[in-house]
Amino acid sequence: MIPGQFAYHRPSSIEQAVRLLADLGDEARPLAGGHSLIPMMKLRMAAPEHLIDLGGIADLKGIRDRGASIIIGAMTTQNELIHSDLLAAKLPIIRETSLLIADPQIRYVGTLGGNVANGDPGNDMPALMMCLDAAYHVAGPSGNRTIKARDFYEGAYFTALQEGEIVTSVEIPVPPAGHGYAYEKLKRKIGDYATAAAAVVLSFSGGKVATCAIGLTNVSETPLLAEEAAEILIGTALDPASIAKAVSAAEAITAPASDGRGPADYRTKMAGVMLSRALQRAARRAAA
Amino acid sequence: MNDMTPTREQREAQLQGMGCKRKRVEDIRFTQGKGNYVDDIKLPGMLYGDFVRSSHAHARIKGIDASKALALPGVIAVLTAEELKGLNLAWMPTLAGDMQMVLADGKVLFQNQEVAFVVAEDRYTAADAIELVEVEYEELPVLVDPWKAMAPDAPVLREDIKDKTEGAHGRREHYNHIFKWQVGDRPGTDEAFARADVTIKETFYYHRTHPCPLETCAALASFDKVKGELTLWGTFQAPHVVRTVASLLSKIPESKIHVIAPDIGGGFGNKVGVYPGYVCAIVASIVTGRPVKWVEDRMENLSTTSFARDYHMTTELAATKDGRITAMRVHVLADHGAFDACADPSKWPAGFMNICTGSYDIPVAHLTVDGVYTNKAPGGVAYRCSFRVTEAVYAIERAIEVLAQKLGMDSVDLRMKNFIRREQFPYQSALGWEYDSGDYYMAMQKALDAVGYKELRAEQARKREAFKRGETRELMGIGVSFFTEIVGAGPSKNCDILGVAMFDSCEIRVHPTGSAIARMGTKTQGQGHETTYAQIIATEIGIPADDIMVEEGNTDTAPYGLGTYGSRSTPVAGAAIAMAARKIKAKAQMIAAYLLEVHEDDLEWDVDRFQVKGLPEKFKTMKDIAWVAYNAPPPGMEPGLEAVSYYDPPNMTYPFGAYICVMDIDVDTGVAKTRRFYALDDCGTRINPMIIEGQVHGGLTEAFAVAMGQEIDYDEAGNVKGASFMDFFLPTAVETPYWETDYTVTPSPHHPIGAKGVGESPHVGGVPCFSNAVNDAFAFLGSTHIQMPHDPWRIWKAAERLGLHQ
Ligand SMILES: Cc1cc2nc3c(=O)[nH]c(=O)nc-3n(C[C@H](O)[C@H](O)[C@H](O)COP(=O)(O)OP(=O)(O)OC[C@H]3O[C@@H](n4cnc5c(N)ncnc54)[C@H](O)[C@@H]3O)c2cc1C
Repeated sequence: MIPGQFAYHRPSSIEQAVRLLADLGDEARPLAGGHSLIPMMKLRMAAPEHLIDLGGIADLKGIRDRGASIIIGAMTTQNELIHSDLLAAKLPIIRETSLLIADPQIRYVGTLGGNVANGDPGNDMPALMMCLDAAYHVAGPSGNRTIKARDFYEGAYFTALQEGEIVTSVEIPVPPAGHGYAYEKLKRKIGDYATAAAAVVLSFSGGKVATCAIGLTNVSETPLLAEEAAEILIGTALDPASIAKAVSAAEAITAPASDGRGPADYRTKMAGVMLSRALQRAARRAAA
Repeated sequence: MNDMTPTREQREAQLQGMGCKRKRVEDIRFTQGKGNYVDDIKLPGMLYGDFVRSSHAHARIKGIDASKALALPGVIAVLTAEELKGLNLAWMPTLAGDMQMVLADGKVLFQNQEVAFVVAEDRYTAADAIELVEVEYEELPVLVDPWKAMAPDAPVLREDIKDKTEGAHGRREHYNHIFKWQVGDRPGTDEAFARADVTIKETFYYHRTHPCPLETCAALASFDKVKGELTLWGTFQAPHVVRTVASLLSKIPESKIHVIAPDIGGGFGNKVGVYPGYVCAIVASIVTGRPVKWVEDRMENLSTTSFARDYHMTTELAATKDGRITAMRVHVLADHGAFDACADPSKWPAGFMNICTGSYDIPVAHLTVDGVYTNKAPGGVAYRCSFRVTEAVYAIERAIEVLAQKLGMDSVDLRMKNFIRREQFPYQSALGWEYDSGDYYMAMQKALDAVGYKELRAEQARKREAFKRGETRELMGIGVSFFTEIVGAGPSKNCDILGVAMFDSCEIRVHPTGSAIARMGTKTQGQGHETTYAQIIATEIGIPADDIMVEEGNTDTAPYGLGTYGSRSTPVAGAAIAMAARKIKAKAQMIAAYLLEVHEDDLEWDVDRFQVKGLPEKFKTMKDIAWVAYNAPPPGMEPGLEAVSYYDPPNMTYPFGAYICVMDIDVDTGVAKTRRFYALDDCGTRINPMIIEGQVHGGLTEAFAVAMGQEIDYDEAGNVKGASFMDFFLPTAVETPYWETDYTVTPSPHHPIGAKGVGESPHVGGVPCFSNAVNDAFAFLGSTHIQMPHDPWRIWKAAERLGLHQ
């Protein structure tokens, strides 16, 4: 449980961080809150020779209101997400999800950027960001670019980030007022990753589902966007039969691992149960 | 007497003696980070050791190349079995009469087994160096399933003893067989079963888990070549036994071995045995001439040092049709892993499994236990229980439920009908124990009244109907358990460890100014001995508990004792304290009589003093007497006021209790919520009610953990699963239910202060209570037994099998 040797760097600007990463090559890794990276290093499953601590870069902090969207700096901690009045008003599902991540100690240091960039299907933020259709602003050796969350996740620990790129912020479109939302997570205990979890954001119009997006956590190599399931629900009154159909469609795209949380068939079914519960809770919260 | 003279009540309160909710004195240092644990000890020139561990569960070692590791700056030595052989230490004896490899000798038998010991200037270098040791393995077929251990073509695990047909506990029937242990009357049992109206038979698997103390195992060895003396600090629940074993192995005289157990962060049975890390630290210190420290990390702790349970218990009961139990038959298949390293008293290969007739008057019974080897870590320790009593109580308390189900009776009625009755104590059980005292009926009745048992059953019936009508997806389970523990090992006629009889000891010295120090053969790991032992002395000799120091763990100063596990401290050492204190009191009485110029028989004891009968103004306090004892003793009397007692108890003590749990289970997720948990404990005389309550809370929390998810599991290739806190279920305050505690008091008739021990009862009684609640929730659907641990996916699978998800 002791990591290998590494050198520690603490740049104070995004440019410096990007340059360090470029100069040091693939032996260097960005360090955010360290609550995914350092455990991996202690297990010697990761052995970077250089850690580039992003903690000294003021530009990576903060939550800003852009009207139609909200921009959250990559180094914003999960605890800060929980305590933001802006998010509570406009994107309450972020608070709900953050409260289900790990435990308070970890949330004080764990960051949104680290959580979405990590590429672990067990992280809760990625599926939520896919559900919300967020975009990641990225800086790298060849300049800045933006990657949609829905295009970001390629495999376990494989993302669309190129070598030397860092996520600088996450931009989230604000869902319409009166939307319904819910994040349902089944876990064994405080501090556990999801056995299965589902994020739902939907809106009603005239008693029928007008918009719906669904994300699923930890039931595949990557977080999942359950597009077909959402599609099935559009235009329905979220009646039990439609929910059952959507649940089957969502279950069909899962491919969970069997682990201490349960065998694959159980975890698939739990994705379905979480989705069904999230839909019903979201519906109760939505304006008709 | 003027109005400043303290009243009798005030004097009594000032003592903080037995029965007082005295605050734990050790918490002052623990809660401020001022404890002194093994890893806090730093010696000049100290080196650090770390293990190269096997990645395979069963493999031959073709070669070990340490050259790259030795070339790393800061690495001092790499020990392998070859080096240890020179000292005859490649293998070591276990407490169970087997031999265990210290470092892999020719082959490895379980994943994470110790293969080489790297010694370096600091722990970071050691951690880097273990990666540089190259071990070449040739994989061998792996044996994980104990039911296949004795197959004719099973892989040979222990080549060292494959042709030995006699083991430490009799005949071995197969090269992977360790022992067969039989107790009871087989023909009588067979006959009772043949005649029975009703019989049941179920296999209950008590899964493999781990004691998982907060502090992992650790040792620091310092060998002084000039003096030829070895000092060993370690996480030892039984420091004197470690000293004896170290002397036997190393041939260093016991007088030149100093074993010190400083503060210990929990043991729960994990810290009773002797581990390769201790031996390697000692050898490395002898070889390098410098102190060597070894500290396990969490994964090493969970995957290598001493698992608990892993018992497959095929349990049968025979009964009349109106519910009188007439016989019990149990067969256990015991999975011991690669070496038999159980920490039981030596004569008991399956511990006290023969307490499995429980709290019931079962006229005849028969028990067999087959121990087998598999490619898993060794252990089989008593995790917060007295030597397999947890397993025994689980078997009988599940079996009672299954029998009640078959008879169509409420299990509480079945228990009441078969309880050993108050007037039957001392009670001889069919499998050979003499229960000291109990009032089971009263305890059970008190518990039923406290929870409103009848109403709970009525509510459950309503919920089941609602469930059948599809109005709810929740099932309600009511778990009941009634347990009898067997603690305080123990009478030397029954119990020894490698020939060392299991007495315990206390030495008390009263200082001239009236304060005192007590030194003990036991070793607290969080139980609060410093607090409670002082209370016993306070009541016995009238010195305030705050003026009494309790010291344990240093074999140079403490009298010889067998340590702390199996709830033996209060039953055995607690008795030694009372006996030593009474010797002091006897001498004090002689001095008081001399000072007051009366005959000893004319004195009576009053809280903190001897007074002349009928003349309470004429008295001498213990404090007065202490000064005189040293400085002006009566003519002919030796000065001083101290005493030692070595106590060999005449019998075990038998605490008992009645527990009830109410659970609500979500059949769609398998999540079980504990709505209520009520625990009534009878541990005889209550020394400190607050500490008892704390022990009950802790024991119940560990019971909850074990029953509801805590396990060490292996895949088919023998890879250990779940050996980190991500998977190993250690409940936090969030998951832990609220505990309601209660008690009755039935003192032990043979114990000097009537105390029975309590630390482990809640664990022993708690596990079956939780399991019974889960099982009870599904029983109305025809389910007889759902295996532990009851984590959500297993409960969900049970619901699935019962067709509840259609
Ligand atoms: C006990 C425990 C329980 C947990 N439970 C949960 C849980 O239930 N749900 C959950 O979602 N998470 C959980 N976590 C993880 C936690 O939320 C982490 O904090 C989070 O996954 C990573 O954020 P971090 O800031 O700590 O990133 P780090 O650990 O510092 O980094 C993670 C990875 O992302 C990279 N990285 C970090 N920042 C950037 C960036 N700006 N640009 C590019 N790459 C970057 C790093 O190089 C590294 O590879 C748990 C962690 C622990 C220790």
